[in-house]
Amino acid sequence: MDFDLLNNLFYQRALATAGFIGFTNGFFSGFVVLRRNALSVSALSHTMLPGIALGIFLTGALSQWNAFFGALFAALLVGLGSVAVARGNRVEQGTALAVLYTAAFAGGIALLPKIGTRQELEHWLFGDIIAVGNTDIWIAFGIGTIILLVTNLLMRPILLTLFEPHVAAAQGVPVRFIQYLIFTLLVLALVSSLQAVGCVLSVGLLVTPAATVSLLTDRTSALFWGGGLIGGIGSIGAVLLSGSFGITPGPAIVIVLGLLFIAAYLFSPKYGLLAPHHPSRTHKKSKKTAPN
Amino acid sequence: MSDDHHDCCDHHGHHHELVIENLSVSYRRVLALENISLATSCGNRVALIGPNGAGKSTLLKAIAGLVPREKGSILWRGTTVKKWSREFAYLPQREDVDWSFPITVRGLVEMGRYPQTGWWRKFSNTDSLAVDKALESLALLDLQDRQIRELSGGQQQRAFLARSLAQEAHVLLLDEPFTGLDRNASQLLGELLNKLAHEGRLIIASHHDLNSVPRLFDEVLVLATRSVAFGPVAEVLTEELINQTFYEPLISE
Repeated sequence: MDFDLLNNLFYQRALATAGFIGFTNGFFSGFVVLRRNALSVSALSHTMLPGIALGIFLTGALSQWNAFFGALFAALLVGLGSVAVARGNRVEQGTALAVLYTAAFAGGIALLPKIGTRQELEHWLFGDIIAVGNTDIWIAFGIGTIILLVTNLLMRPILLTLFEPHVAAAQGVPVRFIQYLIFTLLVLALVSSLQAVGCVLSVGLLVTPAATVSLLTDRTSALFWGGGLIGGIGSIGAVLLSGSFGITPGPAIVIVLGLLFIAAYLFSPKYGLLAPHHPSRTHKKSKKTAPN
Repeated sequence: MSDDHHDCCDHHGHHHELVIENLSVSYRRVLALENISLATSCGNRVALIGPNGAGKSTLLKAIAGLVPREKGSILWRGTTVKKWSREFAYLPQREDVDWSFPITVRGLVEMGRYPQTGWWRKFSNTDSLAVDKALESLALLDLQDRQIRELSGGQQQRAFLARSLAQEAHVLLLDEPFTGLDRNASQLLGELLNKLAHEGRLIIASHHDLNSVPRLFDEVLVLATRSVAFGPVAEVLTEELINQTFYEPLISE
Protein backbone atom coordinates (compact mmCIF):
# COMPACT_ATOMS: atom_id res chain seq x y z
CA MET A 1 0.00 0.00 0.00
CA ASP A 2 1.22 3.47 -0.87
CA PHE A 3 1.79 5.43 2.34
CA ASP A 4 1.75 8.77 0.58
CA LEU A 5 -1.71 7.93 -0.59
CA LEU A 6 -2.87 6.95 2.89
CA ASN A 7 -1.62 10.25 4.27
CA ASN A 8 -3.49 12.14 1.61
CA LEU A 9 -6.38 14.08 3.15
CA PHE A 10 -8.72 13.36 0.24
CA TYR A 11 -7.96 9.69 0.50
CA GLN A 12 -8.61 9.58 4.23
CA ARG A 13 -11.91 11.35 3.75
CA ALA A 14 -12.82 8.94 0.99
CA LEU A 15 -12.12 5.97 3.27
CA ALA A 16 -14.14 7.41 6.15
CA THR A 17 -17.07 8.24 3.87
CA ALA A 18 -16.99 4.84 2.20
CA GLY A 19 -16.97 3.13 5.59
CA PHE A 20 -19.85 5.19 6.92
CA ILE A 21 -22.05 5.01 3.83
CA GLY A 22 -21.22 1.34 3.52
CA PHE A 23 -22.30 0.74 7.10
CA THR A 24 -25.58 2.70 7.04
CA ASN A 25 -26.63 1.40 3.64
CA GLY A 26 -25.56 -2.12 4.59
CA PHE A 27 -27.63 -1.80 7.76
CA PHE A 28 -30.63 -0.55 5.80
CA SER A 29 -30.20 -3.29 3.19
CA GLY A 30 -31.63 -5.61 5.85
CA PHE A 31 -35.00 -3.88 5.43
CA VAL A 32 -34.71 -3.90 1.64
CA VAL A 33 -34.10 -7.66 1.66
CA LEU A 34 -36.97 -8.29 4.08
CA ARG A 35 -39.26 -6.04 2.07
CA ARG A 36 -38.88 -8.52 -0.79
CA ASN A 37 -38.84 -6.09 -3.67
CA ALA A 38 -35.24 -5.17 -4.34
CA LEU A 39 -36.19 -4.39 -7.95
CA SER A 40 -38.17 -1.35 -6.90
CA VAL A 41 -34.94 0.01 -5.39
CA SER A 42 -33.38 -0.26 -8.81
CA ALA A 43 -36.30 1.61 -10.36
CA LEU A 44 -36.04 4.37 -7.77
CA SER A 45 -32.31 4.74 -8.22
CA HIS A 46 -32.76 5.24 -11.96
CA THR A 47 -35.22 8.00 -11.16
CA MET A 48 -32.52 10.01 -9.43
CA LEU A 49 -30.69 10.78 -12.68
CA PRO A 50 -33.55 12.72 -14.29
CA GLY A 51 -34.01 14.37 -10.89
CA ILE A 52 -30.44 15.64 -10.97
CA ALA A 53 -30.85 16.76 -14.59
CA LEU A 54 -33.99 18.64 -13.64
CA GLY A 55 -32.22 20.23 -10.69
CA ILE A 56 -29.48 21.53 -12.99
CA PHE A 57 -31.94 22.62 -15.64
CA LEU A 58 -34.03 24.65 -13.21
CA THR A 59 -31.16 26.27 -11.34
CA GLY A 60 -28.68 26.49 -14.21
CA ALA A 61 -25.82 25.01 -12.18
CA LEU A 62 -24.60 21.67 -10.92
CA SER A 63 -24.01 21.70 -7.19
CA GLN A 64 -24.30 19.09 -4.46
CA TRP A 65 -27.49 20.62 -3.14
CA ASN A 66 -29.14 20.92 -6.55
CA ALA A 67 -28.32 17.31 -7.25
CA PHE A 68 -29.44 16.21 -3.80
CA PHE A 69 -32.82 17.89 -3.90
CA GLY A 70 -33.39 17.05 -7.55
CA ALA A 71 -32.74 13.37 -6.90
CA LEU A 72 -34.80 13.35 -3.71
CA PHE A 73 -37.71 15.13 -5.39
CA ALA A 74 -37.78 12.79 -8.39
CA ALA A 75 -37.48 9.61 -6.35
CA LEU A 76 -40.23 10.66 -3.95
CA LEU A 77 -42.48 11.83 -6.80
CA VAL A 78 -42.11 8.60 -8.78
CA GLY A 79 -42.19 6.32 -5.75
CA LEU A 80 -45.18 7.89 -4.02
CA GLY A 81 -46.82 8.39 -7.41
CA SER A 82 -46.65 4.65 -8.04
CA VAL A 83 -48.22 3.97 -4.63
CA ALA A 84 -51.00 6.44 -5.37
CA VAL A 85 -51.70 4.95 -8.81
CA ALA A 86 -51.76 1.44 -7.34
CA ARG A 87 -54.33 2.51 -4.77
CA GLY A 88 -56.79 2.94 -7.61
CA ASN A 89 -56.90 -0.90 -7.60
CA ARG A 90 -56.56 -1.17 -11.34
CA VAL A 91 -52.81 -0.95 -11.98
CA GLU A 92 -50.46 -3.01 -9.84
CA GLN A 93 -47.70 -1.05 -8.08
CA GLY A 94 -44.79 -2.71 -9.91
CA THR A 95 -46.42 -1.81 -13.20
CA ALA A 96 -47.06 1.77 -12.12
CA LEU A 97 -43.47 2.12 -10.92
CA ALA A 98 -42.07 0.78 -14.22
CA VAL A 99 -44.22 3.20 -16.22
CA LEU A 100 -43.34 6.23 -14.13
CA TYR A 101 -39.62 5.61 -13.74
CA THR A 102 -38.96 4.88 -17.42
CA ALA A 103 -40.94 7.99 -18.35
CA ALA A 104 -38.93 10.04 -15.86
CA PHE A 105 -35.66 8.53 -17.07
CA ALA A 106 -36.55 9.36 -20.67
CA GLY A 107 -37.37 12.90 -19.59
CA GLY A 108 -33.95 13.14 -18.00
CA ILE A 109 -32.23 11.91 -21.16
CA ALA A 110 -34.19 14.46 -23.20
CA LEU A 111 -33.05 17.22 -20.84
CA LEU A 112 -29.34 16.31 -21.01
CA PRO A 113 -28.44 18.11 -24.28
CA LYS A 114 -30.10 21.26 -22.99
CA ILE A 115 -27.92 21.59 -19.91
CA GLY A 116 -24.51 20.81 -21.40
CA THR A 117 -22.91 19.12 -18.39
CA ARG A 118 -22.94 15.57 -19.66
CA GLN A 119 -19.41 14.94 -18.44
CA GLU A 120 -20.26 15.74 -14.85
CA LEU A 121 -23.46 13.78 -14.95
CA GLU A 122 -21.55 10.60 -15.59
CA HIS A 123 -19.98 11.20 -12.25
CA TRP A 124 -23.42 11.08 -10.64
CA LEU A 125 -24.21 7.85 -12.41
CA PHE A 126 -21.20 5.98 -11.10
CA GLY A 127 -19.95 8.13 -8.27
CA ASP A 128 -16.53 9.44 -7.37
CA ILE A 129 -15.68 8.96 -3.75
CA ILE A 130 -12.16 10.41 -4.07
CA ALA A 131 -13.64 13.75 -5.10
CA VAL A 132 -16.01 13.80 -2.14
CA GLY A 133 -16.56 17.35 -0.88
CA ASN A 134 -17.47 18.65 2.55
CA THR A 135 -21.11 19.08 1.59
CA ASP A 136 -21.28 15.46 0.45
CA ILE A 137 -19.80 14.27 3.70
CA TRP A 138 -22.29 16.25 5.76
CA ILE A 139 -25.20 15.06 3.65
CA ALA A 140 -24.06 11.45 3.97
CA PHE A 141 -23.39 11.64 7.72
CA GLY A 142 -26.64 13.47 8.43
CA ILE A 143 -28.79 11.08 6.45
CA GLY A 144 -26.93 8.06 7.78
CA THR A 145 -27.47 9.15 11.36
CA ILE A 146 -31.18 9.76 10.76
CA ILE A 147 -31.57 6.32 9.15
CA LEU A 148 -29.76 4.52 11.97
CA LEU A 149 -31.67 6.40 14.69
CA VAL A 150 -35.13 6.02 13.21
CA THR A 151 -34.78 2.36 12.25
CA ASN A 152 -33.38 1.38 15.64
CA LEU A 153 -36.10 3.28 17.50
CA LEU A 154 -38.86 1.74 15.41
CA MET A 155 -37.27 -1.67 14.87
CA ARG A 156 -40.18 -3.63 16.39
CA PRO A 157 -43.08 -2.11 14.47
CA ILE A 158 -40.99 -2.16 11.29
CA LEU A 159 -40.21 -5.87 11.65
CA LEU A 160 -43.83 -6.72 12.50
CA THR A 161 -44.97 -4.84 9.40
CA LEU A 162 -42.42 -6.41 7.08
CA PHE A 163 -43.10 -9.93 8.31
CA GLU A 164 -46.89 -9.96 8.18
CA PRO A 165 -48.71 -6.64 7.87
CA HIS A 166 -52.11 -8.10 8.79
CA VAL A 167 -50.93 -9.60 12.06
CA ALA A 168 -49.04 -6.39 12.74
CA ALA A 169 -52.15 -4.28 12.20
CA ALA A 170 -54.13 -6.58 14.49
CA GLN A 171 -51.50 -5.86 17.14
CA GLY A 172 -52.05 -2.13 16.76
CA VAL A 173 -49.08 -1.24 14.55
CA PRO A 174 -49.81 1.73 12.24
CA VAL A 175 -48.87 -0.35 9.21
CA ARG A 176 -49.45 2.25 6.52
CA PHE A 177 -47.37 4.86 8.34
CA ILE A 178 -44.53 2.35 8.78
CA GLN A 179 -44.65 1.41 5.08
CA TYR A 180 -44.38 5.04 3.99
CA LEU A 181 -41.61 5.57 6.52
CA ILE A 182 -39.53 2.65 5.20
CA PHE A 183 -40.04 3.97 1.71
CA THR A 184 -38.91 7.48 2.64
CA LEU A 185 -35.83 6.16 4.44
CA LEU A 186 -35.03 4.04 1.39
CA VAL A 187 -35.06 7.08 -0.86
CA LEU A 188 -32.87 8.97 1.62
CA ALA A 189 -30.41 6.06 1.74
CA LEU A 190 -30.24 6.02 -2.06
CA VAL A 191 -29.56 9.74 -2.21
CA SER A 192 -26.89 9.52 0.47
CA SER A 193 -24.86 7.05 -1.56
CA LEU A 194 -25.04 9.16 -4.74
CA GLN A 195 -21.59 10.66 -4.25
CA ALA A 196 -19.85 7.44 -3.32
CA VAL A 197 -21.13 5.02 -5.91
CA GLY A 198 -23.58 6.98 -8.04
CA CYS A 199 -27.24 6.27 -8.61
CA VAL A 200 -26.81 3.06 -10.57
CA LEU A 201 -24.39 1.29 -8.25
CA SER A 202 -26.12 2.49 -5.08
CA VAL A 203 -28.60 -0.35 -5.62
CA GLY A 204 -25.81 -2.82 -4.94
CA LEU A 205 -24.94 -1.15 -1.63
CA LEU A 206 -28.58 -1.25 -0.59
CA VAL A 207 -29.24 -4.89 -1.41
CA THR A 208 -26.08 -6.99 -1.44
CA PRO A 209 -24.82 -6.79 2.19
CA ALA A 210 -27.98 -8.16 3.84
CA ALA A 211 -28.55 -10.59 0.97
CA THR A 212 -25.13 -12.01 1.83
CA VAL A 213 -25.94 -12.20 5.55
CA SER A 214 -29.29 -13.88 4.85
CA LEU A 215 -27.31 -16.81 3.44
CA LEU A 216 -25.38 -17.15 6.67
CA THR A 217 -27.92 -16.84 9.49
CA ASP A 218 -31.60 -17.14 10.48
CA ARG A 219 -31.37 -14.35 13.04
CA THR A 220 -33.31 -11.29 11.93
CA SER A 221 -31.18 -8.77 13.81
CA ALA A 222 -28.01 -10.16 12.21
CA LEU A 223 -29.29 -8.93 8.84
CA PHE A 224 -28.94 -5.33 9.97
CA TRP A 225 -25.75 -5.35 12.02
CA GLY A 226 -24.10 -8.00 9.85
CA GLY A 227 -25.17 -6.13 6.73
CA GLY A 228 -23.71 -2.94 8.21
CA LEU A 229 -20.38 -4.61 8.96
CA ILE A 230 -20.12 -6.22 5.53
CA GLY A 231 -21.13 -2.96 3.86
CA GLY A 232 -18.69 -0.86 5.90
CA ILE A 233 -15.67 -3.15 5.86
CA GLY A 234 -16.30 -4.20 2.26
CA SER A 235 -16.45 -0.57 1.12
CA ILE A 236 -13.25 0.42 2.94
CA GLY A 237 -11.47 -2.67 1.63
CA ALA A 238 -12.67 -1.96 -1.88
CA VAL A 239 -11.43 1.64 -1.82
CA LEU A 240 -8.03 0.44 -0.54
CA LEU A 241 -7.80 -2.24 -3.21
CA SER A 242 -9.18 -0.20 -6.09
CA GLY A 243 -5.88 1.59 -6.75
CA SER A 244 -3.85 -1.59 -7.06
CA PHE A 245 -6.26 -3.00 -9.61
CA GLY A 246 -6.72 0.24 -11.47
CA ILE A 247 -10.50 0.27 -10.92
CA THR A 248 -12.46 3.35 -9.91
CA PRO A 249 -13.55 3.07 -6.26
CA GLY A 250 -17.36 3.17 -6.85
CA PRO A 251 -17.52 0.08 -9.04
CA ALA A 252 -14.83 -1.55 -6.86
CA ILE A 253 -17.12 -1.31 -3.80
CA VAL A 254 -19.99 -3.03 -5.56
CA ILE A 255 -17.70 -5.66 -7.13
CA VAL A 256 -16.24 -6.56 -3.73
CA LEU A 257 -19.73 -6.82 -2.19
CA GLY A 258 -20.86 -8.96 -5.12
CA LEU A 259 -17.89 -11.30 -4.68
CA LEU A 260 -18.65 -11.64 -0.96
CA PHE A 261 -22.24 -12.56 -1.86
CA ILE A 262 -21.10 -15.23 -4.31
CA ALA A 263 -18.71 -16.62 -1.70
CA ALA A 264 -21.57 -16.88 0.80
CA TYR A 265 -23.83 -18.40 -1.85
CA LEU A 266 -21.27 -21.13 -2.46
CA PHE A 267 -19.76 -21.73 0.97
CA SER A 268 -22.42 -20.87 3.58
CA PRO A 269 -22.42 -23.75 6.10
CA LYS A 270 -26.21 -24.02 6.09
CA TYR A 271 -27.52 -22.56 2.84
CA GLY A 272 -24.44 -22.68 0.59
CA LEU A 273 -24.52 -24.54 -2.70
CA LEU A 274 -21.50 -26.60 -1.59
CA ALA A 275 -22.69 -27.11 2.00
CA PRO A 276 -23.03 -30.74 3.08
CA HIS A 277 -26.61 -30.11 4.23
CA HIS A 278 -27.84 -27.91 1.42
CA PRO A 279 -31.65 -27.58 1.73
CA SER A 280 -32.37 -28.92 -1.76
CA ARG A 281 -30.57 -32.16 -0.93
CA THR A 282 -31.80 -32.70 2.63
CA HIS A 283 -35.37 -31.65 2.06
CA LYS A 284 -36.85 -35.13 2.25
CA LYS A 285 -34.80 -36.10 5.26
CA SER A 286 -35.74 -33.02 7.25
CA LYS A 287 -39.41 -33.63 6.53
CA LYS A 288 -39.12 -37.09 7.97
CA THR A 289 -37.53 -35.85 11.14
CA ALA A 290 -40.21 -33.25 11.64
CA PRO A 291 -43.27 -35.01 12.98
CA ASN A 292 -46.36 -32.96 13.48
CA MET B 1 -47.86 -13.44 32.74
CA SER B 2 -50.54 -14.23 35.26
CA ASP B 3 -52.27 -17.56 35.68
CA ASP B 4 -55.66 -16.13 34.96
CA HIS B 5 -55.90 -17.92 31.63
CA HIS B 6 -57.50 -20.93 33.16
CA ASP B 7 -60.28 -19.00 34.73
CA CYS B 8 -60.29 -15.87 32.65
CA CYS B 9 -63.94 -16.47 32.02
CA ASP B 10 -65.43 -18.07 35.09
CA HIS B 11 -63.56 -15.89 37.52
CA HIS B 12 -66.42 -13.67 38.42
CA GLY B 13 -69.10 -16.19 37.76
CA HIS B 14 -69.92 -14.81 34.32
CA HIS B 15 -68.54 -15.40 30.87
CA HIS B 16 -66.67 -12.90 28.78
CA GLU B 17 -68.90 -12.09 25.89
CA LEU B 18 -68.18 -11.08 22.34
CA VAL B 19 -71.19 -9.36 20.81
CA ILE B 20 -71.26 -8.32 17.17
CA GLU B 21 -74.17 -6.14 16.12
CA ASN B 22 -75.24 -5.31 12.57
CA LEU B 23 -71.72 -5.38 11.20
CA SER B 24 -71.37 -4.36 7.56
CA VAL B 25 -68.15 -4.19 5.57
CA SER B 26 -67.51 -3.13 1.98
CA TYR B 27 -64.42 -4.22 0.17
CA ARG B 28 -63.39 -2.24 -2.90
CA ARG B 29 -66.84 -0.70 -3.00
CA VAL B 30 -68.56 -4.09 -3.04
CA LEU B 31 -70.60 -5.12 -0.05
CA ALA B 32 -68.76 -8.06 1.54
CA LEU B 33 -70.65 -8.41 4.79
CA GLU B 34 -74.14 -7.21 5.53
CA ASN B 35 -75.70 -6.85 8.96
CA ILE B 36 -73.84 -9.62 10.73
CA SER B 37 -74.88 -10.14 14.33
CA LEU B 38 -73.80 -12.78 16.78
CA ALA B 39 -73.18 -13.22 20.47
CA THR B 40 -70.83 -15.79 21.90
CA SER B 41 -68.50 -16.13 24.85
CA CYS B 42 -65.15 -17.42 26.03
CA GLY B 43 -64.73 -21.17 26.02
CA ASN B 44 -66.43 -21.60 22.65
CA ARG B 45 -65.06 -22.66 19.31
CA VAL B 46 -66.96 -20.93 16.53
CA ALA B 47 -66.73 -22.03 12.90
CA LEU B 48 -67.38 -19.58 10.07
CA ILE B 49 -68.60 -21.49 7.06
CA GLY B 50 -70.04 -20.50 3.72
CA PRO B 51 -69.28 -20.67 0.03
CA ASN B 52 -66.24 -18.94 -1.47
CA GLY B 53 -66.62 -15.20 -1.31
CA ALA B 54 -69.18 -15.44 1.48
CA GLY B 55 -67.06 -13.12 3.63
CA LYS B 56 -65.48 -15.55 6.10
CA SER B 57 -62.01 -14.00 5.90
CA THR B 58 -63.49 -10.53 5.77
CA LEU B 59 -65.41 -11.13 9.00
CA LEU B 60 -62.24 -12.31 10.76
CA LYS B 61 -60.38 -9.27 9.48
CA ALA B 62 -63.20 -6.95 10.50
CA ILE B 63 -63.16 -8.30 14.06
CA ALA B 64 -59.37 -7.96 14.15
CA GLY B 65 -59.67 -4.37 12.91
CA LEU B 66 -57.86 -5.01 9.62
CA VAL B 67 -60.63 -3.77 7.36
CA PRO B 68 -62.73 -0.71 8.13
CA ARG B 69 -66.19 -1.44 9.49
CA GLU B 70 -68.81 0.44 7.60
CA LYS B 71 -71.59 -0.03 10.08
CA GLY B 72 -72.29 -1.87 13.30
CA SER B 73 -70.33 -2.48 16.45
CA ILE B 74 -68.20 -5.06 18.23
CA LEU B 75 -68.43 -5.39 21.98
CA TRP B 76 -65.89 -7.38 23.94
CA ARG B 77 -66.46 -7.80 27.69
CA GLY B 78 -69.00 -5.02 27.56
CA THR B 79 -66.69 -2.49 25.96
CA THR B 80 -66.82 -1.33 22.36
CA VAL B 81 -63.75 -2.34 20.39
CA LYS B 82 -62.88 0.81 18.47
CA LYS B 83 -60.28 -0.49 16.05
CA TRP B 84 -58.18 -3.28 17.49
CA SER B 85 -57.84 -4.99 20.85
CA ARG B 86 -54.72 -6.37 22.46
CA GLU B 87 -56.85 -9.31 23.57
CA PHE B 88 -57.60 -10.29 19.97
CA ALA B 89 -55.05 -12.18 17.91
CA TYR B 90 -55.31 -12.68 14.17
CA LEU B 91 -53.72 -15.76 12.61
CA PRO B 92 -53.34 -15.47 8.83
CA GLN B 93 -53.82 -18.23 6.31
CA ARG B 94 -50.60 -20.19 6.01
CA GLU B 95 -50.21 -19.33 2.33
CA ASP B 96 -50.25 -15.61 3.17
CA VAL B 97 -47.14 -15.87 5.34
CA ASP B 98 -43.62 -15.36 4.02
CA TRP B 99 -42.10 -18.49 5.54
CA SER B 100 -38.61 -17.78 4.17
CA PHE B 101 -38.41 -14.68 6.40
CA PRO B 102 -35.20 -15.09 8.39
CA ILE B 103 -36.73 -15.63 11.81
CA THR B 104 -36.67 -18.52 14.25
CA VAL B 105 -39.72 -20.05 15.91
CA ARG B 106 -38.78 -18.31 19.14
CA GLY B 107 -38.35 -15.00 17.31
CA LEU B 108 -41.85 -15.40 15.86
CA VAL B 109 -43.36 -16.10 19.27
CA GLU B 110 -41.47 -13.16 20.79
CA MET B 111 -43.26 -10.89 18.31
CA GLY B 112 -46.42 -11.70 20.26
CA ARG B 113 -44.99 -9.82 23.23
CA TYR B 114 -44.60 -6.54 21.36
CA PRO B 115 -48.05 -5.20 22.29
CA GLN B 116 -46.99 -5.70 25.93
CA THR B 117 -43.46 -4.36 25.63
CA GLY B 118 -44.46 -1.49 23.38
CA TRP B 119 -42.01 -0.19 20.81
CA TRP B 120 -39.02 0.36 23.06
CA ARG B 121 -39.15 -1.40 26.44
CA LYS B 122 -36.54 -4.07 26.85
CA PHE B 123 -37.50 -7.71 26.92
CA SER B 124 -37.92 -8.59 30.60
CA ASN B 125 -37.88 -11.87 32.45
CA THR B 126 -41.66 -11.88 32.43
CA ASP B 127 -41.61 -11.63 28.66
CA SER B 128 -39.17 -14.52 28.29
CA LEU B 129 -41.25 -16.61 30.65
CA ALA B 130 -44.42 -15.89 28.69
CA VAL B 131 -42.63 -16.96 25.51
CA ASP B 132 -41.33 -20.14 27.18
CA LYS B 133 -44.79 -20.96 28.45
CA ALA B 134 -46.39 -20.40 25.06
CA LEU B 135 -43.78 -22.57 23.34
CA GLU B 136 -44.24 -25.26 25.93
CA SER B 137 -48.02 -25.42 25.77
CA LEU B 138 -47.86 -25.87 22.00
CA ALA B 139 -45.02 -28.43 22.20
CA LEU B 140 -42.58 -26.21 20.31
CA LEU B 141 -39.75 -25.92 22.87
CA ASP B 142 -37.53 -28.38 21.00
CA LEU B 143 -38.10 -26.55 17.73
CA GLN B 144 -37.60 -23.01 18.99
CA ASP B 145 -34.30 -22.41 17.19
CA ARG B 146 -35.53 -23.59 13.80
CA GLN B 147 -36.11 -21.21 10.94
CA ILE B 148 -39.88 -21.15 10.41
CA ARG B 149 -39.77 -22.77 6.97
CA GLU B 150 -38.19 -25.85 8.52
CA LEU B 151 -41.48 -26.63 10.25
CA SER B 152 -44.29 -28.84 9.02
CA GLY B 153 -47.66 -27.24 8.26
CA GLY B 154 -49.09 -28.20 11.63
CA GLN B 155 -46.05 -26.86 13.45
CA GLN B 156 -46.28 -23.58 11.53
CA GLN B 157 -49.90 -23.23 12.60
CA ARG B 158 -48.89 -23.94 16.19
CA ALA B 159 -46.09 -21.37 16.01
CA PHE B 160 -48.66 -18.66 15.25
CA LEU B 161 -50.91 -19.99 18.02
CA ALA B 162 -47.95 -19.74 20.40
CA ARG B 163 -47.42 -16.17 19.25
CA SER B 164 -51.02 -15.33 20.18
CA LEU B 165 -50.62 -17.03 23.58
CA ALA B 166 -47.48 -14.99 24.23
CA GLN B 167 -49.62 -11.95 23.45
CA GLU B 168 -52.06 -13.14 26.14
CA ALA B 169 -54.86 -12.92 23.63
CA HIS B 170 -58.32 -14.12 24.67
CA VAL B 171 -59.93 -14.19 21.27
CA LEU B 172 -58.12 -16.15 18.56
CA LEU B 173 -59.17 -15.35 14.99
CA LEU B 174 -57.91 -18.08 12.66
CA ASP B 175 -58.18 -17.99 8.88
CA GLU B 176 -58.58 -21.55 7.53
CA PRO B 177 -56.28 -23.13 10.13
CA PHE B 178 -56.91 -26.70 8.97
CA THR B 179 -56.24 -26.12 5.28
CA GLY B 180 -53.35 -28.17 3.93
CA LEU B 181 -52.75 -30.17 7.11
CA ASP B 182 -52.48 -33.94 6.96
CA ARG B 183 -54.76 -36.02 9.15
CA ASN B 184 -52.44 -36.30 12.14
CA ALA B 185 -51.59 -32.61 12.16
CA SER B 186 -55.24 -31.77 11.75
CA GLN B 187 -56.24 -33.95 14.68
CA LEU B 188 -53.53 -32.52 16.91
CA LEU B 189 -54.54 -28.96 16.03
CA GLY B 190 -58.16 -29.85 16.81
CA GLU B 191 -57.16 -31.11 20.24
CA LEU B 192 -55.06 -28.02 20.91
CA LEU B 193 -57.89 -25.66 19.96
CA ASN B 194 -60.17 -27.66 22.24
CA LYS B 195 -57.67 -27.28 25.09
CA LEU B 196 -57.27 -23.55 24.44
CA ALA B 197 -61.05 -23.11 24.50
CA HIS B 198 -61.27 -25.07 27.74
CA GLU B 199 -58.70 -22.77 29.26
CA GLY B 200 -61.12 -19.98 28.56
CA ARG B 201 -60.28 -18.60 25.16
CA LEU B 202 -62.70 -17.85 22.39
CA ILE B 203 -61.74 -19.49 19.10
CA ILE B 204 -63.22 -18.17 15.86
CA ALA B 205 -62.05 -19.88 12.68
CA SER B 206 -63.07 -19.90 9.07
CA HIS B 207 -63.48 -23.44 7.88
CA HIS B 208 -64.46 -25.16 4.67
CA ASP B 209 -64.79 -28.85 5.52
CA LEU B 210 -68.41 -29.25 6.60
CA ASN B 211 -67.93 -32.87 7.75
CA SER B 212 -65.46 -31.97 10.48
CA VAL B 213 -67.44 -29.03 11.89
CA PRO B 214 -69.31 -31.09 14.54
CA ARG B 215 -66.06 -32.64 15.76
CA LEU B 216 -64.01 -29.44 15.87
CA PHE B 217 -66.45 -26.69 16.80
CA ASP B 218 -69.18 -25.84 19.31
CA GLU B 219 -70.98 -23.11 17.39
CA VAL B 220 -71.26 -22.25 13.74
CA LEU B 221 -72.03 -19.12 11.74
CA VAL B 222 -73.21 -19.83 8.22
CA LEU B 223 -72.34 -16.90 6.00
CA ALA B 224 -73.36 -15.80 2.55
CA THR B 225 -72.52 -12.09 2.76
CA ARG B 226 -75.46 -11.99 5.14
CA SER B 227 -75.68 -14.16 8.20
CA VAL B 228 -77.70 -17.21 7.19
CA ALA B 229 -77.74 -18.90 10.57
CA PHE B 230 -75.89 -18.88 13.87
CA GLY B 231 -76.01 -21.21 16.86
CA PRO B 232 -74.84 -24.53 18.28
CA VAL B 233 -73.51 -26.83 15.58
CA ALA B 234 -76.11 -29.55 16.13
CA GLU B 235 -79.00 -27.11 15.72
CA VAL B 236 -77.68 -25.10 12.81
CA LEU B 237 -76.00 -27.58 10.50
CA THR B 238 -79.07 -29.20 9.01
CA GLU B 239 -78.97 -30.81 5.62
CA GLU B 240 -81.59 -28.42 4.35
CA LEU B 241 -79.55 -25.38 5.29
CA ILE B 242 -76.37 -26.79 3.80
CA ASN B 243 -78.10 -27.52 0.52
CA GLN B 244 -79.66 -24.09 0.47
CA THR B 245 -76.40 -22.27 1.23
CA PHE B 246 -73.85 -24.24 -0.70
CA TYR B 247 -75.53 -25.89 -3.62
CA GLU B 248 -78.15 -23.47 -4.88
CA PRO B 249 -77.25 -20.25 -6.58
CA LEU B 250 -78.02 -17.37 -4.28
CA ILE B 251 -80.89 -15.26 -5.50
CA SER B 252 -80.45 -11.66 -4.66
CA GLU B 253 -83.23 -10.03 -2.79
